[in-house]
Amino acid sequence: MARRVVVTGIGILSSIGRNLPETLESVLRSRSGIGKLRYLNSPHQNEFPFAEVPFPNTALTELAQLSDSEGYSRNALLGLIAATEALQHARLHELPPLRTGLLSATTVGGMDTCERYYNDFLTNDSKNIYIDVYDCADSTEKIADHLSIRDYITTLSTACSSAANAILLGARLIRSGRLDRAVAGGTEALTSFHINGFNSLKILDKVPCRPFDVNRNGITLGEGAAYLILETEEAAHAGDRPIFAELSGFGNACEAFHQTASAPDGKGAYLAMERALKLNGTKPSEIDYINAHGTGTDNNDLAEGAAIERLFGEKIPLVSSTKPFTGHMTSAAGSAEAVLSILCLIHRMVLPNLNLETPMPELKFKPVTELIRDVDVNLVMSNSFGFGGNDTSLIFKKYNR
Amino acid sequence: MIRVPAYINGIGLISPQQTADPSLFLPEVMEYTTDFLTSVDPNYKAFIDPLAARRMSRLIKMGITAAKIALQDATPKPHEGDFLPSLASGSEATREGLGVGLDAIITGTGLGSVEDTEKILGRMTAGEQLMNPTPFIQSTYNTISSQIAIILQCHNYNSTYVHRSFSFESALQDALLQFEEGAAATALIGGIDEMTENHLKITRRAGHWKMGPVNNLNLLSYQTPGALAGEGSAYFLMASQITSTTYASLLDVQTIYKPEESLPMDEVITRFLSDNGLSPDQVDAVILGYNGDIRYDFLYDRLGSGIFREAQQVWYKHLCGEYYTSTGFALWLGANILKHQVIPVAVRFNNLNADRLQHILVYNQDRNINHSLLLLSRK
Repeated sequence: MARRVVVTGIGILSSIGRNLPETLESVLRSRSGIGKLRYLNSPHQNEFPFAEVPFPNTALTELAQLSDSEGYSRNALLGLIAATEALQHARLHELPPLRTGLLSATTVGGMDTCERYYNDFLTNDSKNIYIDVYDCADSTEKIADHLSIRDYITTLSTACSSAANAILLGARLIRSGRLDRAVAGGTEALTSFHINGFNSLKILDKVPCRPFDVNRNGITLGEGAAYLILETEEAAHAGDRPIFAELSGFGNACEAFHQTASAPDGKGAYLAMERALKLNGTKPSEIDYINAHGTGTDNNDLAEGAAIERLFGEKIPLVSSTKPFTGHMTSAAGSAEAVLSILCLIHRMVLPNLNLETPMPELKFKPVTELIRDVDVNLVMSNSFGFGGNDTSLIFKKYNR
Repeated sequence: MIRVPAYINGIGLISPQQTADPSLFLPEVMEYTTDFLTSVDPNYKAFIDPLAARRMSRLIKMGITAAKIALQDATPKPHEGDFLPSLASGSEATREGLGVGLDAIITGTGLGSVEDTEKILGRMTAGEQLMNPTPFIQSTYNTISSQIAIILQCHNYNSTYVHRSFSFESALQDALLQFEEGAAATALIGGIDEMTENHLKITRRAGHWKMGPVNNLNLLSYQTPGALAGEGSAYFLMASQITSTTYASLLDVQTIYKPEESLPMDEVITRFLSDNGLSPDQVDAVILGYNGDIRYDFLYDRLGSGIFREAQQVWYKHLCGEYYTSTGFALWLGANILKHQVIPVAVRFNNLNADRLQHILVYNQDRNINHSLLLLSRK
């Protein structure tokens, strides 16, 4: 029997809040973080809405409690703030250290900084301190240094499922006995690089994203970071701390269909969800709520919806995509949505799929459109699907001894 | 934890040396006087459908091709010598059944497709908008793993690690964990990176490389800061079962981030070996990551004159250059040394005559921040 992996802390920073309490307040008030781009310079800033973290880097430096942020990308600042919150939420600083790892995810690393200084990189020495920020590992190592994590560190990048795979790896390292604790999640800063790239694919919606709506027309890019503290059950019982959830299932599959599109039947999504259920023998009917990947693209929502219908049959759980709150945080989406899923377990609620007016006629189920409170939520499935068909599904369960 | 053997049953390596044909083991050494080492391109058309290949950037082609060579190499060959012609276009991979039964595809890449990223950054810096999405798609780090999955039609576990000089090691550790969990019996694991003129120019400013052309075979004679940059694509078909094509087994992999002053590397290594039931004197050959950077090469000297003074010392970065996943080249080298029981003269750092090669340790470090250990054992 593999060791049980539980969640003892969560941290999140996104367009809907600097921290956990602000995030909770935003979702309770159905307040979206999507709006006009203010801090990033992009030729597309008036063309599309974005879910930008509403602070410049100077304010993020203060939030990260850094005296000097020279050498830091926005990506690293966001990650450091959320990871620190998770650590404090789990009150790890009060406890003796155990074997701890940092598994962090990102899709373009410190591109936010590199794209700004690229011309300097090519022509002069004035920004040399930022050259290595290009590497995806840069933010991970800065976070590890600040949190004094040395036992195991690595960085994952599987496009929009990156942070979900970081959580999956953390769970596996704990189950195998290699680690007692893991800080797992992802960080992503909005970049012109991403905006241009997604625009070249013609999948950015000109209005705030509308997952599962018949008129959906693409994604809204967001940014931020979120981390979970995963521990063995035994380690979690030290120090009289609350256990917020058990990570009871995870599944990784590759759709192997197309580099950017999903197969219409959602094969990859189906396999990832099915594997997550199988891991600990969870029945589909036990899932109370699915926090869907639900990007708002024509393709994803159709494929994911089809996969959900095929896997869950007649008894489809409550479903919503929370991307209309946070935007699509790409590499950090998996951990941000894991945090929102865990908030649903803690606060006995199901979050609404904002911006949904007319449900897709192709699907039999209708996503939740109003916040549901005081509801039994024992098992939540959180889906993250990425380019290249890198699909991962996580299941969080209310913890019972 | 339960140790499950992980056998290396097939290898594909594209590097600055003539390594793409796995039936040959360093028959001759390529000498360069250059700013950075570039891989010798195999005939990609023999491995990738030319139509598809036209849109692919070089790194993607290097990845797919090395992966296919590894799979083909792991297939027992009834007729020796027909290896290359049978490898054809993408769609034929599935017809040949190359990906059938593959449980995981895991890639480590420190930088992903630099060429594609530069294309986008160059255009953005010129104030232009990106119209063609191909560079963006290919710049995404997981493209290599997922392209291989698409070609092989492999729907199983798929992941990508992007942590500097831990990238390939993390991929290997993930695979070892898969075997231990019983989640996988076969896995395709790769380490891949490229260098471009532009990226060299930029990262030279950060002090990582030698400032002018060097002769690769005389790399250690310069006694200057900086390494010689290189690149390569190495894929390994690993399995929990030994076969007729097995080179060696990979016993363990460890990464060490910023080792503490109070814990010298020889102690870390001794502990790692002891966890695997070995002592330093049982390491017959040690492959060291010497890269000609006088600021850090002393870290290898210490071990060579310390716990490994009785071991055959081997080096390799004069052949492939320094890059984030260079330990892919080292693993290829170690596996071949164990299989052939021969240490080519070109890679000998000292000259002891080990008559029987049973265990090989790879030790690499990157600017004294990312250190790693790979332990190999004879079949």
